[in-house]
Amino acid sequence: MAERVNADPAIVRWGRRMNETFMVEVGETQYLITVVAGRIEKVERGPFVMRSWRFAIRASAEHWEKFWRDPPPPGWHDLFALLRRGEVAFEGDQRVLMSHLLYLKLVFASLRAK
Amino acid sequence: MRIEPIIGRYAHIELEGREHRVYFEEAGEGIPLLCLHTAGSDARQYRAVLNDAEITRRFRVVAFDMPWHGKSSPPAGWDKEEDYRLTTERYTGMIMSVARALGLERPVVMGCSIGGRIVLELALKHARELRALIGLQSGAFVERYYDPAWLDHPEVHGGRACGAVAYGLMSPLSPPSEVWETVWHYMQGGPGVFTGDLHFYQLEGDVRERIGAIDTSVCPLYLLTGEYDYSASPRDTQAVMDRVQGAKFSIMKGLGHFPMSENPEAFLDYLRPVLQEIHES
Repeated sequence: MAERVNADPAIVRWGRRMNETFMVEVGETQYLITVVAGRIEKVERGPFVMRSWRFAIRASAEHWEKFWRDPPPPGWHDLFALLRRGEVAFEGDQRVLMSHLLYLKLVFASLRAK
Repeated sequence: MRIEPIIGRYAHIELEGREHRVYFEEAGEGIPLLCLHTAGSDARQYRAVLNDAEITRRFRVVAFDMPWHGKSSPPAGWDKEEDYRLTTERYTGMIMSVARALGLERPVVMGCSIGGRIVLELALKHARELRALIGLQSGAFVERYYDPAWLDHPEVHGGRACGAVAYGLMSPLSPPSEVWETVWHYMQGGPGVFTGDLHFYQLEGDVRERIGAIDTSVCPLYLLTGEYDYSASPRDTQAVMDRVQGAKFSIMKGLGHFPMSENPEAFLDYLRPVLQEIHES
């Protein structure tokens, strides 16, 4: 993730004011992603003990796998597409998530197999 | 240099007893075709239809910015009022008033998303005054799956958040230049306008119980839905088809929620045969 995002100024620009740590859950596996000025500073793999995060985005491994196909199938191509299906959960500070929504969508889409 | 044949003008039109300055664009001659943009955006979405010589040879294409959207202002005194909110009655009245004011006689009305919804209402209430209806991304109702209050929040940049919502509704196969043009329109919306439109789309404008009464023998109804749309998905349009006899439905391969704007070329391939059929009837 860090490699793909940090190499793409068109993604970094939308996260320029983002300095946060958020959680991504892929099934049972937890990741903490730290963003500094739009660059992915750190990707840590859990399990974690008493760590803080601003918001979490959780979905099953199977659903992420569909989301990350290139091209993704219809209805699996966007975080909000998963939200309408009820296949993703947004937790924590929704304000921060919504403030950086475009950046986050681009970050997740950048992981698609190329 | 290339200058497009589209002409944009301002009309002063009375809506709900108040004067409104409404911006509209038009091109072509023939059967009037009135185009309705999506929630929180404006008539620039129809730039390709307005620029298509094959269509404008036989159709007078008109696309207006709804009040509060694009270059149409809110009515004077808006600063002293409550939040902008779109309702079925307000939307229907606006469309019929604009059509009358611009002298569009028995127009074809084509709308997308909220426009695709109101087309169903027009089929119920104004079928005899209209030549045909084209619903793009039509669904009878969409239940709330995110909270649109975040799109109108002092600590969230409205332009960025609205742009992000629109971005995801498009197909990953659409050309990036047209996708980002569409995103930009959303980024330019006024505070609370997208949210106000979604009041109609996600709460008030539920036509599920009534669409069975649509009579397509009075006014033909065409439904075109992009397969990548998850807001008004092909399944939602199919649910309309199951209730409305005689409507015609095509799924647009590889397109998302804003077909006319996110991938104009692919969309026109679906629209032209529909307009051909309307022209011949």
